[in-house]
Amino acid sequence: MPSLLFCGPKLAACGIVLSIWGVIMLSMLGIFFSAKSAVLIEDVPFTEEDIRDDKNPPGNIYGLYNQVGINCFIAAAIYVGVGAVSLCQVRLNKRQEYMVT
Amino acid sequence: MSSLFRSEEMCLVQLFFQTESAHNCINELGRLGLVQFKDLNPGVTAFQRRFVKEVKKCEEMERILRYLQKEMVKSNIGIVATKKKEMVPCARDVLELESTFEKLEQELREINRNHATLRQNLIELTDIDSLLRMTEDFFEEAESLLTCSELPSEDSVSMTVSSHITSRRNSNSSTSGALHLSFIAGVIKQERFPAFEKVLWRLFHGNFVLRHAEIQATEELQAVRGAVKKDVFIIFVQGEHVREKIRKVCEGFRASLYSCPKTLFERKQMSNNVMSQMEDLRMILRRTEEYRAGVLTRAAEHVQEWAGKVKKMKAIYYTLNLCNIDITQKLIVAEIWCPVSDLALVQNALIKGSEQSGSSVTPVLNRIQTQQTPPTFNRTNTFTEGFQAIIDAYGVGTYQEINPAPYTIVTFPFLFAVMFGDCGHGLLMTLFAVWLISQAESLRKLKNELTDVVVGGRYIVLLMGMFSIYTGLIYNDCFSKSFNIFGSSWRVRPMFQPHGPWRNETLREHHHLQLNPFVAGVYSGNPYVFGIDPIWNIASNKLSFLNSFKMKMSVMLGVSHMLFGLTLSLVNFAHFRKFQDVVLQFVPQLIFMLSLFGYLIFLILYKWCITLRSESAPSILLLFINMMLFDYQSEYKLLYAGQKGVQIFLVVTAMLMVPVLLLVKPFLIYRTRMKTRRQVFGNNLNDQHETDTRSSISQHQKDEMTSMGDVFVYQAIHTIEFCLGCISNTASYLRLWALSLAHAELSEVLWRMVLQVGLKISSGTGSLVLVLLFAAFSVLTVAILLVMEGLSAFLHALRLHWVEFQNKFYEGSGYKFTPLSFDNLLKTQQ
Repeated sequence: MPSLLFCGPKLAACGIVLSIWGVIMLSMLGIFFSAKSAVLIEDVPFTEEDIRDDKNPPGNIYGLYNQVGINCFIAAAIYVGVGAVSLCQVRLNKRQEYMVT
Repeated sequence: MSSLFRSEEMCLVQLFFQTESAHNCINELGRLGLVQFKDLNPGVTAFQRRFVKEVKKCEEMERILRYLQKEMVKSNIGIVATKKKEMVPCARDVLELESTFEKLEQELREINRNHATLRQNLIELTDIDSLLRMTEDFFEEAESLLTCSELPSEDSVSMTVSSHITSRRNSNSSTSGALHLSFIAGVIKQERFPAFEKVLWRLFHGNFVLRHAEIQATEELQAVRGAVKKDVFIIFVQGEHVREKIRKVCEGFRASLYSCPKTLFERKQMSNNVMSQMEDLRMILRRTEEYRAGVLTRAAEHVQEWAGKVKKMKAIYYTLNLCNIDITQKLIVAEIWCPVSDLALVQNALIKGSEQSGSSVTPVLNRIQTQQTPPTFNRTNTFTEGFQAIIDAYGVGTYQEINPAPYTIVTFPFLFAVMFGDCGHGLLMTLFAVWLISQAESLRKLKNELTDVVVGGRYIVLLMGMFSIYTGLIYNDCFSKSFNIFGSSWRVRPMFQPHGPWRNETLREHHHLQLNPFVAGVYSGNPYVFGIDPIWNIASNKLSFLNSFKMKMSVMLGVSHMLFGLTLSLVNFAHFRKFQDVVLQFVPQLIFMLSLFGYLIFLILYKWCITLRSESAPSILLLFINMMLFDYQSEYKLLYAGQKGVQIFLVVTAMLMVPVLLLVKPFLIYRTRMKTRRQVFGNNLNDQHETDTRSSISQHQKDEMTSMGDVFVYQAIHTIEFCLGCISNTASYLRLWALSLAHAELSEVLWRMVLQVGLKISSGTGSLVLVLLFAAFSVLTVAILLVMEGLSAFLHALRLHWVEFQNKFYEGSGYKFTPLSFDNLLKTQQ
């Protein structure tokens, strides 16, 4: 089985740090979007029509908020995957260090 | 007592100890690390000192150690890290170690020489071997040439050649009788061969036959001689004279020539000889390498220990050089600076040292009074070390002056945080600092200068991060977004009918609308509980509000910081008993500062507390400028009744302080000098030697006159520096506003241009784009906002401390206490 190692120890460590940060920050963003926080209004892609032609105000905007929130959660989940891969790389790097010396 | 508040009280102590116990005593003092030896022989050059031979011996030993270490690194032998043992070097050890080192060095050098010679021999033998093998074909050819020469020689003979041969020169052999071809065989570097061939061709015009072939590089050959490519060549020539010339050419090209026997049988014999010799040589080489490795491994176990011992001995001899040896050669006198509170420890160390050396007489400590300035010693622990270092970087404090370090522990991270102010970045910085603290030991081992600096400042980074989280919560800024924890105090709904003026059409007509706090219900009347209201984050006139707020805050922080510095100067005056200065310097400075800038702060706070309509609110800046210009007829209203009178009074008071600062002190000095001179003059009138005294008095007068001018000039400079400096330093604190604005804007730009692009994609692919953009966002955050802005804010906060804060009270003209400490020595070695 060919070696699964494709990045050095430093890149793997950076990967772990980035993944942890990504998971925490993106999941918190997801929570805040789902809570329809007003501070994040500029990050929601609404248009004039969404406001004007809304049958059930502010249902459209709330729907958009939810969509962005779900996107954030999915991104957080992807970062969990990235973190797991980085963790594997770190472990493999450590094992290789062991074997050489 | 008084650990970090003020530098320690030091005393000059004379030590007397016996020459035999000198080593042990100094060793004990070095382990203690609390005394600084004074140089008692300042006029003596380094080569005239008493122990210069011993110091040279130690340096020679260090050189040998370095050589040993280099050899060990070359042979990949690991240097064993020794545990810290209590190594007590004494005079005997010096000789012992010296002989050991010399022996080791000689042995190692001999081994290396032999190794080199053996290797050279092996190379030669391998060359001969390849030569013999490859010239088989050449000789066959030569023999056929010889037979061919009896045939008509006009035809140029072309021969089929073996596959090795790549070039060939043939010559029309002019024949007269039987040909007697002699040959020269050798080995030359491949890169030199073309030039070699050309030279031969030019010299002999083709009257020779040259064959060459490349030596195939086998693994073993590469290991022995490296990756140099060599060619075997053989030249067939006629005549001895030509042979000599060719030999010279070969020597010029550094080709090695070997004698090659003519007959096949002899060649085979020689080949066998060479093979067996090579085998022998290889075995000998292996044995030599093993022996060398053994010697080095044995030495490697002790190398660190020896290095430590040698360093200590060198330090001890260097210290002994600083002392005085009295005439009887039995007593050593040393003068040391040591903290008063540690005298008992020093005494104990000396007693222990003399006991160890077995001498009967205990060393004597004799404290002496002196007019010289002692060194400045601030006792620090790992936490305060970093802060003391950044203070000392600007100037080491004068002896017994107030130490700004304990206040810097709080004010420096705080001013940094005012400029950095972001919870998210502060949190990242704190986590980084925690990681640094936990990995401090292993990071120190890397011995990289940059990491050493960062590790040394790990506690500073930790405090900076924690304070940044606090100011981030106050600015309500986390990665450029605000938290709405307590509920905003502003409401939009009351702006609509029937409470307020807005209708649905208002929304459609205007792009920007302004919330009017005077409409009932819009502003709840209670400000946000902690920090800036989150509604400002989504307001488009956020910057107008924040700029005004941050500028006023910066000025307030600045004036408070400077007043604090001024108060510290009072403490200094009290300690040094300069009560005259308290009245003549501290009080006028304080009044000047308070009446102008203290009043400014009062105006700021007052304006914040009262309710004003924003259209008619007077600008504080203009109020202040008009106050200084005594301009009261402009249409700007005043903030409170009676303001005109108060302001005139304050400005006049401040202006009166200036001549007080400028003139009173020099005038008092002048008066005291006059008084002493009159006294001296009066006494001298009763003497008989009038002429002498008069001339000496006029001399005295002249000295005083010049220094009187100096006093005035010095005071003038000081006054101007303080008064003008007040204004410029206060304005300098506005950098607190500037940098925090820059940081907030950079943070917002990063969010808007990087992360928001990913967030605004609402379809499914948005999450993938978000993943990539988040990675970019985090890298840029770390690189730009944490590293660049962090360094920038660090630098500016440091400058504010060094210049604006410390020029109110700090003199900084001392010299640092550098004790003889083996811990420090060995730490620099590791």
